[in-house]
Amino acid sequence: MLARTITHVVVGLEPRRVEVEAHLDAGVPGFAIVGLADRACQEAKHRVRSGIASAELAWPARRRITVNLAPADVRKEGPGFDLPIALAVLGASRQLPPGSLDGHGAIGELGLDGRVRPVPGALAAAEGARAGGLERLVCAAESGPEVALAGIRPVPVRHLAEAVGYFRGEREPEPAPPPRAPNRAPPVADLADVRGQERARRALEIAAAGRHTLLLAGPPGIGKSMLARRLPGILPPLADAAALEVTRIHSVAGLLPPGGGLVRTPPFRAPHHTASSAAVIGGGSSPRPGEVTLAHRGVLLLDELPEFSRTVLEALRQPLEDGTVAVARVGGRVSFPASFQLVGTMNLCPCGGRGDPGASCSCAPAQLDRYRDRLSRALLDRFDLVLVLPRPNAAELGGAGGEPSARVRERVVAARARLERPAARLEPAADRLLSRAVERLPLSGRGRARVVRVARTIAALAGADEAAAEHVAEALSYRSPPEVGGA
Amino acid sequence: MNGLALAAFAAERGRHATDREARTAAFVAFARAFDEGAYRRSLAAQGLRWLARADPGFPARLAAIHDPPPGLFLRGDADPELLARPAVAVVGARSCSDYGAHVARTIARELGAAGVVVVSGLARGVDGWAHRGALDAGGRTVAVLGCGIDLDYPRVHAELASRVAATGLVVSEYPPGVAPAPWRFPARNRIVAGLADATLVVEARERSGALITADLALEEGREVLAVPGEITSALSRGTNALLRLGAVPVTCAEDVLAALGVEPVERPPEPPPAGAAGAVFAALDGAALSADELVRVTGLAPGELAAALTELELAGLVAAAGGRYRR
Repeated sequence: MLARTITHVVVGLEPRRVEVEAHLDAGVPGFAIVGLADRACQEAKHRVRSGIASAELAWPARRRITVNLAPADVRKEGPGFDLPIALAVLGASRQLPPGSLDGHGAIGELGLDGRVRPVPGALAAAEGARAGGLERLVCAAESGPEVALAGIRPVPVRHLAEAVGYFRGEREPEPAPPPRAPNRAPPVADLADVRGQERARRALEIAAAGRHTLLLAGPPGIGKSMLARRLPGILPPLADAAALEVTRIHSVAGLLPPGGGLVRTPPFRAPHHTASSAAVIGGGSSPRPGEVTLAHRGVLLLDELPEFSRTVLEALRQPLEDGTVAVARVGGRVSFPASFQLVGTMNLCPCGGRGDPGASCSCAPAQLDRYRDRLSRALLDRFDLVLVLPRPNAAELGGAGGEPSARVRERVVAARARLERPAARLEPAADRLLSRAVERLPLSGRGRARVVRVARTIAALAGADEAAAEHVAEALSYRSPPEVGGA
Repeated sequence: MNGLALAAFAAERGRHATDREARTAAFVAFARAFDEGAYRRSLAAQGLRWLARADPGFPARLAAIHDPPPGLFLRGDADPELLARPAVAVVGARSCSDYGAHVARTIARELGAAGVVVVSGLARGVDGWAHRGALDAGGRTVAVLGCGIDLDYPRVHAELASRVAATGLVVSEYPPGVAPAPWRFPARNRIVAGLADATLVVEARERSGALITADLALEEGREVLAVPGEITSALSRGTNALLRLGAVPVTCAEDVLAALGVEPVERPPEPPPAGAAGAVFAALDGAALSADELVRVTGLAPGELAAALTELELAGLVAAAGGRYRR
């Protein structure tokens, strides 16, 4: 007596098809799961047994039950196998009509009472099921909307008994609840709360329009992080393809709110500076996405940039360059998408006194050099916009709040549309200005190219197709000054 | 006496190349075995030169101090005659404030424009800004090292050193390979002071290397000038103490030129910048303002302001430090 269900395990972000075979034969009663199953997977035995009993179904007594997860060379992790195992056991014990499992995939965790719980990565698994030619995917009710996004019909069930009822043809699955309004929550902080800081606002707008990397430097407490946290609010919502990509990543990482639909808001991640490089870049014995991948198509804020470990900072260079990150581990080599917009903040010195007229810096020159050396020139060279913010005076703080994020976002969206056209050449006057600047300022070749890119964004924000001299001049004002090691 | 041999001998022994050292038996033996031709060839291969004290091109000012070096190693292609031109040493604290950096740079820029050679020690802080200021104006500057002539110390100033050497000179009394050591820097300061007609201290703490340079200059009867600083700032204690002792207070480059007896070059008054840049330039008269303050004062949009500031910076009319802009 043999029955088979199909499920998918997510390796990295890619679904891998796994066949769950259950075989019952006469022999010493027992229950074995074979096929490179990890601990959570082995524990499925107990959940499946209790779940079947709670659903008032019969546990095949006096039978030896063998469950095989094939192919055996893929490591099986997590509790998502509970539901397919239970269905295979029920199929093998003839409690489901023969052949009813065909064309169906299944994914979900079982509770001891037979409840079906959602598991991370349902979207990726559903995409695998669709690509593998399956018609329906049995999943937890909460995962229904997520599974529907993959273009496969979900069979959302709350309880194992409901799934059995469906396979026996006793009930049609309820249609998946419509996905809630696109995930606009949680509300992002608004720029209207920021007083003064005109220059920083402007830089934020340029960064948003051109997806430029941004570094804010200045004494503590002047609102660097506050400004940086408001960047996602002025980014345009994600387009369909990007939204699906981000939703898949967040689903695998277990970050999706249950029952939510596509993630339309660009993600925002702000790992603490004590984060390990595995946490930031991705890792684990079977690689899991790190913060750079969770920030894919969104913003990665590194608050107190020089406090991050050197290995983390250097590891950022590859994803910044090509938008993906390769993680090699014992469990395999995986490439994750990591096209994020980097925003950093830093003090001007370790003690924080520098740049603050009300305080004096007590750092020794060598200490200061070490602090700046922490950011290699190579990393610093990858910041398109660098701003040194002085402490605002009292009058500024008493002023009115600024423009709300929504208005800024309109301009950003318009500029993005303009930037999608092929890049026009610089106006001759702009080119001359740039050449003069290269002579007078320490500007590397990469630095020059970066100024041109920023100038194009500024031109697009101004509604121009060609970058003019004033756009290049403004772009030059965001180059890295000596205070942060820009010479 | 063979000065080059003495310099090489002292470097090898980790000692100071004094005339007394030259009379020791160890040196006589060393000098006999010393292959000067080969040594000069290896210097030349590294793009370095040796200017002996006995050389007629050796600056008379430096030869006149009480313990002049046996000669100087030179890096850079400039004629050693450069060392005989009117020169001012601009020195100060390594951990200078934004104010100190700004003053050092602007005064050095104007000195450079007036054709005065700016001498300094290539150290962090005031020294570095003084070199940069002189280079800004297309002026020529001399950097005196406290380590072997082939080393860039501090490392962060390697690029600056090569810019100095491009039009001016990097000099040292130490042959290639001599590592920086604490005792070599005060010795270096006597050369800084000796190469200059006057020494200007921009910012200095109470016990600062810059004050050693000033003392050495005084001993040699050279003029000592100091930039007044805030009385509450530790970085001004040294300079304010010098002023109390009778140093010439300096508030602009003309003060320095007057002390040297150099006529300031009459530049035609530059036409004030026009348009937005003009408004920003006017707003910065006598005040250092942040970009946000400038937005409010001038009424320009932040983008226009940023463009205007770059224009002024490129023209050398405005400099930024710590997020604030000054003229």
